Amino acid sequence: MAQVTLRKIVKEYEGGVQAVKGIDLDIADHEFVVLVGPSGCGKSTTLRMIAGLEEITSGDIAIGGALVNDIPPRDRDIAMVFQNYALYPHMTVYDNMAFGLMLRKFDKGEIRRRVENAARILDIGMLLDRKPKALSGGQRQRVAMGRAIVRDPKVFLFDEPLSNLDAKLRVQMRTEIKKVHQTVKTTTVYVTHDQIEAMTLADRVVVMNHGVIEQVGPPQELYHHPATKFVAGFIGSPAMNFIPVRLEQGGAALNLELPGGIVLPVPADRTRRYTPHIGRELLFGLRPEHLTEVRPNDHRENMAVFEAVPEVVEPMGMETLLHFWMEGAEICARIDPATPAEPGRGLPLAADMNQMHLIDPKTDRVL
Amino acid sequence: MSATTATVGGGIARKVGSLHRERRWALVTAYISLVFSAIIMLAPPFYMLITSLKTSAEIADQKGNPWIVRNPTLMNYWELMTDKLFQGFFINSVIVTVIVVVLTMVISVLAAFALARMRFFGSQVLATGVFLTYLVPDTLLFIPLYQIVGGLGLLNSIWGLVLVYPTLTVPFCTWIMIGYFASIPKELDEAALIDGANWMQMLTKIFIPVALPGIIAATIFAFTVSWAAFVYPTAFVTTPDQMPLTIGVVSQLVRGDTFAWGQIMAGALLAALPPVIVYAFLMDYYIAGLTAGATKG
Repeated sequence: MAQVTLRKIVKEYEGGVQAVKGIDLDIADHEFVVLVGPSGCGKSTTLRMIAGLEEITSGDIAIGGALVNDIPPRDRDIAMVFQNYALYPHMTVYDNMAFGLMLRKFDKGEIRRRVENAARILDIGMLLDRKPKALSGGQRQRVAMGRAIVRDPKVFLFDEPLSNLDAKLRVQMRTEIKKVHQTVKTTTVYVTHDQIEAMTLADRVVVMNHGVIEQVGPPQELYHHPATKFVAGFIGSPAMNFIPVRLEQGGAALNLELPGGIVLPVPADRTRRYTPHIGRELLFGLRPEHLTEVRPNDHRENMAVFEAVPEVVEPMGMETLLHFWMEGAEICARIDPATPAEPGRGLPLAADMNQMHLIDPKTDRVL
Repeated sequence: MSATTATVGGGIARKVGSLHRERRWALVTAYISLVFSAIIMLAPPFYMLITSLKTSAEIADQKGNPWIVRNPTLMNYWELMTDKLFQGFFINSVIVTVIVVVLTMVISVLAAFALARMRFFGSQVLATGVFLTYLVPDTLLFIPLYQIVGGLGLLNSIWGLVLVYPTLTVPFCTWIMIGYFASIPKELDEAALIDGANWMQMLTKIFIPVALPGIIAATIFAFTVSWAAFVYPTAFVTTPDQMPLTIGVVSQLVRGDTFAWGQIMAGALLAALPPVIVYAFLMDYYIAGLTAGATKG
């Protein structure tokens, strides 16, 4: 078990393309950290640099306090689970899991004990004699995890391990991975492009974009207090709505004025924070779940009501999504499925302004 | 309603019928061309077989149908197999082939692993260069090779053949193995690296077992080339004690203008037997090895 430290890590490929642009990250012992971001954001490259599969151009990586920049993967005491499982096709499940221990000259009894223990944790005891081709996707993923667990390494590295599974199995395996981490408590770095996976698994989420870290924090913090427009838009599904507005003084309070004439009041507790930006063109961000139907006897404060004409209505079962256009932006609202809604017919919606975000379009930072 | 249904049903039946007809014609055409090619291909070995079963007198006899054996005999086979010279040819072929196959596979597997997996400066150019050498025919190469083999004092020796045959086998086998190794997912070596394997362990414990069909395909190729080589032994070997089967049969069973046709045919068939046996048992591996990476697994 160990902490992982990244200091000013840069990865530059031939031709000067920088995949990772000087990131700093501290991962604590036992922590489950998820690197998340769109394709090409540098998350997998970062993971592969921690594994030692990619050389770093500059910076330092330490595992358990020891600098590992020039240490080969086999001596870093890490285990990795790959997207395509990377099981050895000619070996049985048992041999796949035992391979790393055999190379490290563990005695046979100890190997058997460890493999059987991992097989018990992952519930794959009955598969030990099978070859990988006789396993389903979920079982292969379990074996890949088993291969990591038997080594009892300092750090687990997961590179998009659930991407090849179907939606249902993905949810099931997500729970399995969480359960395994709660059992073995090994420091884990997990890479995914799926923000739901990131939110559900992580102690802390690292959001990456264009080779830099946009924000690091616990899932709830990222969700409620995003630091940048990218994080605000990336975390949460459906994504946060963004509408161009102008911030104006309206008596003692502040208002958001939309080009079409709609005026949304800013809650009083935000006045001090936003006052320096009066008169500026900004981006107003609000999540779909904070844009709902107008409920009778709703006594919540700072609710702004306006009328919207949905273009598309998507009943999801436990909720209904409405899509409509507002000031050139496509907006999504999440309403109660019992509320009657149909395309082309206007209905009043309530925006919970307590949950609003204002973004400076010049810096893309949340104010 | 029922009339409409009947019309639709009739339409479908007609369509299905025409598909059946198309398929039948395709099959008939395929069978005709396959049978025709098979007859063309099998006629020479069949003629060899019946000639080998005839006595010299029957072969020389101008009367009767040459495709029919009147008095079949195994005399030609018996004389050859008890002939010390023929046994010597056979042993020479076996020695040369076994050593060449082993040498070829060791060199090709190591070279292909390095070229396919250990990215180093110039590896791409080198891989292409290896294949290009295969494109130079042995009928051109034997002249400079004669100088080299002569310079090494290995003319008229099976060891000269052991030295030169790999120039035919190594490039193509390396090329097959590069293709096969390249089709093995990169994550497999990365998993092995993280599991604690060094390059040699990765090769012996992961790549060789996984690439076994490719290795078998390359082995069969090396075996066939060495066993059937004709130009090099013709050029480099002159005395019967050093000759392999291919030239031994031809040179020793033709005396002046006297052709021992029965024995020549029997000898050629016996010489062709080992490759036939190898192909019969390992054909599936051979095809799998040659087509590796052609489709997404």
